[in-house]
Amino acid sequence: MDMQRREVLKKSGGVSLLTLLAAAGWLAPGGALAQAAWNTAAFDTKTMDETMKALGGSAPAQSKDITFVQTPDIAENGAVVPIGVASAIPKTEAIAILVEKNPNMLVAIFEIPAGTEPAISTRMKMGQSSNVYALVKADGKYYVATKEIKVTLGGCGG
Amino acid sequence: MADPMRIRANVTGDTTEVRVLMSHEMETGQRKDAAGKVIPAWHIQNVTATHNGKTVLTAQWGPAVSKNPFLSFKFKGGAKGDKVQVSWTDNKGDKRTDEAVIA
Repeated sequence: MDMQRREVLKKSGGVSLLTLLAAAGWLAPGGALAQAAWNTAAFDTKTMDETMKALGGSAPAQSKDITFVQTPDIAENGAVVPIGVASAIPKTEAIAILVEKNPNMLVAIFEIPAGTEPAISTRMKMGQSSNVYALVKADGKYYVATKEIKVTLGGCGG
Repeated sequence: MADPMRIRANVTGDTTEVRVLMSHEMETGQRKDAAGKVIPAWHIQNVTATHNGKTVLTAQWGPAVSKNPFLSFKFKGGAKGDKVQVSWTDNKGDKRTDEAVIA
């Protein structure tokens, strides 16, 4: 009897197990496995104002506590621009990267749980030389730092 | 199913650094093919990293993240031998989970 049940659980795969866990209350609403939301509106914006509206925040305050780490002033290849952002603002919950002159500004949003350092590195595409914004959400408020990155070869596939 | 991710996790003192190289086209939806038709957007949308079942990072990505995405971050805790798991899902519903052992 137990062996059959085991087989069923194994065959039904991850989904049912998740459903069981969710039903048992083991997965908090904001929990890792429940996280599947993608902010479509935020990834469709062309200006900082539009992005802030889509993220549900007000205009961010300039902050010197947000630094760009290992991010070049001039990128040779716009398809692969290294970008690192570190936030020294207490209670940082999220870091977002925006490229002003890209077809859509928002590149990525990183949600930082307690215990994780508020710093991330990745590589992004830039269509042309542009201001890059590092947006930080900390304690419910938004902050921003700006860096200009010049691009010699645009990265949108031209 | 995409190629496996390469995940490296190293602990120094009380901090674990994780570096991931994912394999994904990350098509922006801005390009046109030889016939002039737009190549549809195809990119990772959600990324989740966990350590011993606890979420250590989640991310929402747009198509502007570079092809074969690189990601690096650090979290407190973690010991040699612990597992770090990274998962992603893309806009076509494809997904991938890989894990690594902290060294």
